Amino acid sequence: MSNIRLENITRRFGEIVALDDVSLTVQDGEFFVLLGPTGAGKTTTLRVIAGLEKQNAGHVIFDAHSMDDAQPADRDVAFVFQQYSLYPNMSVYDNLAFPLRSPLRKTPEAEIKQRVTDAAEKLRINHLLERKTARLSGGEMQRVSIGRAIVRSPRVFLMDEPLSNLDAKLRESLRVELKHIQKVQHSTTVFVTHDQIEALTMADRIGVLDRGKLLQVGTPQDIYDRPATTFVAQLVGTPRINLLRTARNNGALNISHSDLTLSAGHENLPNDLLLGVRPEDVRLVNDGQFEGVITLIEPLGVETIVHIRNGEQTLLSTIAGNVQVRIGEAVRFNVVPDRIHYFDIDGKRI
Amino acid sequence: MTAATQAPGAPGSPVVISTRVDKVGTRPKVIGAIRAVIAIIIAFIMLIPVIWMAMTAFKSRPEAVSAPPVVFFTPTLEGFASLLTQRRQATTAEIAAELERTDLNWMEQIALSRGQLVIGQSAFLRQLLNSVVITGLSTFFSVTFAVLSAYAFSRFSIPGKDDLLFFILSQRMLPAVVVTIPIFLMYRTLGLHDTHVGMILLYTAFNLSFAVWLLKGFIDEIPREYEEAALVDGYTRLQAFRKIVLPQAATGIAATTVFSAIFSWNEYAFALMLTSDLARTAPPSIPLVLGVGGIEWAAIAAGSLAFLIPAVILTFVLRKHLLRGVTFGAIRKG
Repeated sequence: MSNIRLENITRRFGEIVALDDVSLTVQDGEFFVLLGPTGAGKTTTLRVIAGLEKQNAGHVIFDAHSMDDAQPADRDVAFVFQQYSLYPNMSVYDNLAFPLRSPLRKTPEAEIKQRVTDAAEKLRINHLLERKTARLSGGEMQRVSIGRAIVRSPRVFLMDEPLSNLDAKLRESLRVELKHIQKVQHSTTVFVTHDQIEALTMADRIGVLDRGKLLQVGTPQDIYDRPATTFVAQLVGTPRINLLRTARNNGALNISHSDLTLSAGHENLPNDLLLGVRPEDVRLVNDGQFEGVITLIEPLGVETIVHIRNGEQTLLSTIAGNVQVRIGEAVRFNVVPDRIHYFDIDGKRI
Repeated sequence: MTAATQAPGAPGSPVVISTRVDKVGTRPKVIGAIRAVIAIIIAFIMLIPVIWMAMTAFKSRPEAVSAPPVVFFTPTLEGFASLLTQRRQATTAEIAAELERTDLNWMEQIALSRGQLVIGQSAFLRQLLNSVVITGLSTFFSVTFAVLSAYAFSRFSIPGKDDLLFFILSQRMLPAVVVTIPIFLMYRTLGLHDTHVGMILLYTAFNLSFAVWLLKGFIDEIPREYEEAALVDGYTRLQAFRKIVLPQAATGIAATTVFSAIFSWNEYAFALMLTSDLARTAPPSIPLVLGVGGIEWAAIAAGSLAFLIPAVILTFVLRKHLLRGVTFGAIRKG
């Protein structure tokens, strides 16, 4: 296993800048998740690491060795694609054995058999080994794909949304298995996803990408508790963070289009700013500081999402368990003051 | 109409393919039968010329030209004998001498029955062989080159790709008759006139444009991820191409092979102008099987029949791929 460093990577496709001066380091044995919406440049980053795409500028470095001129085969990485990556004219066994049979490795057949069997057992696909890949279900296919990555010990695993084509149940169970395998093998992994739950649950560290720019790198907790921009704040957490346009008047913060007023928790706030409040930090209490009217209730069993209206602003609040409130009811609530996020008008954290 | 016992989508419930309502019951069966009958009738109508040709090949000379046409007749090999031999009219003395011999082969016997003597083999077999060689090699070269260039056009960003592809396609825009004269002059100067090499070159070039376009379509449909997976799995581009792309493109290659081969096999205009003796292929020579005194329709039909057989065999061998190839792209993938 290796550590990976990207230095000032820029990749353009014609006029479009897919990656704009991206630098990051993935430590040996780390599970690094690249999170971002479609078109953010996540897959391009993976492809640049793998050597399937050449960067226009910058360097790819594995363990202090430049990989800029290395062919994909020589970089010794394993790539799990979103789909279409199993060789359709081969059996599951041959698919798993394919990387080991590469002329670069020349593994003896006995060892191939051993390693394929091991990998198949880990992923619980040993009953499928003789099957043609066309006759597998989606979940089985992705298992084989992951199996093809773990049969050898590459320097890094690159996974491009391997779970996003699966149904929710399967995604959940495979997510757990993947993380387990990663921890046991202590493998350096770069995992791409647009699903914030996957990112938060699996990652050691997360890198958030948007339109080719790396916005923030940090542990899941960092990303959730100290989002660098409103974009990051909105990307992680369900339901979405409440973002409120706010004006500062002397020491008070007036949330626009409402009669909500807070005391400024910060010294150097500009006059015009955005307040971010996570829904779980909006709490219904009988003697709360603010009042509002309930406009919508979404019970989820484990928690309930309550929409509270004050003026023209609607705040979401998540409350554990089921709550006995009705639509149209007037309620009082508090906002946890030290968990308020302040952003300037361009979305940067203050 | 699912046969599921559990509610569909329940945890652990098997995936059940529902039975199509329009595929059960007797009505669809009747419709299916009617369709089959219509298809057979259409096929029969389309095949009448071929059947007629095959029949004529086995008719005697008077039967071949009789009006009204004869449908029931005793088959004879006269046509084939005329096709394969050169003959001359025999004198009475010669006929008497020949009748004495017991070592006559079937062609000589047929000739004798018509008062003729076999004086040698005709050029037909050699011309058929020329056709096989020229078609085989030109198809091989055009498909090989086309696979490589279609792959490059499909996978790499090539400067001026669209213009180049159009240029390749434009090779096919001029009808053969328009370019035969310049090519004839060129070939005469280069010493390629009436040579196998010349014809193979020409057919390869002509087939290439079509083959590149056809194959590019097939290769475009093969997801890149397959090769990319192979690249990161430790294979070179060429190895990935050989192990992953080629097997996937088999259908396209088979379809392209058949189309290219049939073009070369049937080509008439170039062959007529650019070959005379050594490299002459079968198509321009079959109509020239002239008998002694009058056109030998039976011989011409026999030649056409013999000419048809290799094309039928090739198509039959590759029929599975061909059918998938022809419908390729018509079926959207899930």
